[in-house]
Amino acid sequence: MKDMYEPYVTDDGRTIGRCLMDMRNITLRFGGVEAIKNISFDIREGEIRAIIGPNGAGKSSMLNVVSGFYVPQEGEVWFRGTKRPPMKPYQVARQGIARTFQNIALFEGMSVLDNIMTGRLGHMKTGLFSQAWWYGSAQKEETVNREAVEKVIDFLEIQHIRKTPVGRLPYGLKKRVELARALAAEPKLLLLDEPMAGMNVEEKEDMSRFILDVNDEFGTTIALIEHDMGVVMDLSDRVVVMDYGKKIGDGTPDEVRNNQAVIDAYLGVSHD
Amino acid sequence: MGDQFLFAIEVMINGLMAGVLYALVALGFVLIFKASGIFNYAQGVMALFAALTLVGIMEGQVPFSHLINAIFGTKIHHFGWEVPAILAILLTMMIMVFFAWAVNHFVMRHLVNQEPIILFMATIGLAYFLEGVGDLMWGSEIKTLDVGLPQGGSFWIEDMTAGLGSDNFFGFFIDKLDMVATVIAAILVVGLVVFAQYTKQGRAMRAVADDHQAALSVGISLNYIWVLVWSLAGFVALVAGIMWGAKSGVQFSLSLIALKALPVLMLGGFTSIPGAIVGGLIIGVGEKIFEFTVGAAIGGATENWFAYMLALLFLVFRPQGLFGEKIIERV
Ligand SMILES: Nc1ncnc2c1ncn2[C@@H]1O[C@H](COP(=O)(O)OP(=O)(O)OP(=O)(O)O)[C@@H](O)[C@H]1O
Ligand SMILES: [Mg+2]
Repeated sequence: MKDMYEPYVTDDGRTIGRCLMDMRNITLRFGGVEAIKNISFDIREGEIRAIIGPNGAGKSSMLNVVSGFYVPQEGEVWFRGTKRPPMKPYQVARQGIARTFQNIALFEGMSVLDNIMTGRLGHMKTGLFSQAWWYGSAQKEETVNREAVEKVIDFLEIQHIRKTPVGRLPYGLKKRVELARALAAEPKLLLLDEPMAGMNVEEKEDMSRFILDVNDEFGTTIALIEHDMGVVMDLSDRVVVMDYGKKIGDGTPDEVRNNQAVIDAYLGVSHD
Repeated sequence: MGDQFLFAIEVMINGLMAGVLYALVALGFVLIFKASGIFNYAQGVMALFAALTLVGIMEGQVPFSHLINAIFGTKIHHFGWEVPAILAILLTMMIMVFFAWAVNHFVMRHLVNQEPIILFMATIGLAYFLEGVGDLMWGSEIKTLDVGLPQGGSFWIEDMTAGLGSDNFFGFFIDKLDMVATVIAAILVVGLVVFAQYTKQGRAMRAVADDHQAALSVGISLNYIWVLVWSLAGFVALVAGIMWGAKSGVQFSLSLIALKALPVLMLGGFTSIPGAIVGGLIIGVGEKIFEFTVGAAIGGATENWFAYMLALLFLVFRPQGLFGEKIIERV
């Protein structure tokens, strides 16, 4: 295994940097249920990190800990070399961690464009009063943000639905808009909870391509949860495997594929 | 033109003006309901409190003077100065923002994810608490509020329109205060819509109204938005309080205008800003026309119940209101 702190270049020419996010001995309980049992793993700058495991393994819970939605009872979260104090989810988001949800959480009543614009809220420095009185600077800021958003829209090829209310979109496009909103924030770390669930083959191919392009073109670090093994093996640099709240494997796709504990977990438990 | 017809038009115009005020109060409800799903029973009391505070500050009243005098045996009531209306309005607005912060900090943020009925009960508590505080701070006498808005009928309009009918028609009688109120309310509504639609805070506000989790994930602080929304509702309450106060004096019955806003909301839908406005206008006009026609015929004060009657019909035949989307339950 490559040294944890030394940057290296992948076969396809991307640079993987130092540790960006370090989860140390995380334990998360819901009442009597231990959803995460003393798990440690890291995410390196520039890599695509997959989290896999059977249903109920605790994958979403882990992503929720990273994004601040769940607060673990034990363990530490280190981000960019410093220990993260207890934080609200919106504060985590402002640190440059964007996410999508397993069950799509979009603003259904707003247009696609407005949804994606909300992704820029963390970038808008102008306060309420300057908004009213320094109309010019607020206007300039809005223009800058609009340009960033238009870039994302072009990138994800959703120009044709810019003005459509999100509530009217089919499932696959909703997933794409949710990704667009997360991308608009220009995050350092992008968390994707099952970005391809419920999609047909063609949609999955599109989404895979977008994820690879985001990583490649913007150097965005990505952590994603996915059930489709083929997709996981194609996309990811390293994989964490969870089962019943425990970590049972961690390594490159090849390493994980040949890990006996992982094979057992997947043979013993049904999943989709 | 027949005099009868001209009278009807005058009635309608006056109804429109009354409707604007109903709309204003309803707007305060809609703002909070949209962003947090709370039906704020205290909206009427907030208007009362704002008006009381405004008068108190303008007249240089010492807040809590009864309490202070009772404890310290003093006899102070006034600072002995008067504060100009503009400054007093600004100070009152600051107090309303503080109130918004306090409501969120001490009550609402502890009740997140509770049943709507619990939130509703909390606002009832809030209403009586605020009414008590208002009483304690400024006393319970009826006060006149004069922020310098024009009063009385507009002779200009009367003169201009007198020629339309016979000698028995003296022209349209329209209160200047009503006209000013209409203009201010219109500006306020346009301002709110522009704010919600085109500013970053407005976008964040709509986002929170739509989905809390998603709002958090893009870095929006829910508490900030809730304080903002309650502040806006406080501002709307202040404007409504000034208008009603200037028209009929600042007294505790002012808090009952909240009850007039209820039928407006049923008509317009609880989440629609245009709905609140159109609903207010329909009820304002409908109520006056109904009184003018049916009321005159049956000799009864129909204005007391007409709005509720109309709202009831709407509840039965179009429960989502004029602008709300039809709710079809998934089965
Ligand atoms: N908010 C919550 N309250 C109580 N229990 C929860 C909560 N969230 C998750 N759990 C429990 O934690 C365990 C792990 O759930 P989690 O959603 O993290 O699994 P997952 O690996 O994402 O599964 P899936 O593949 O089905 O999405 C489950 O037993 C689940 O019931
Ligand atoms: Mg999950």
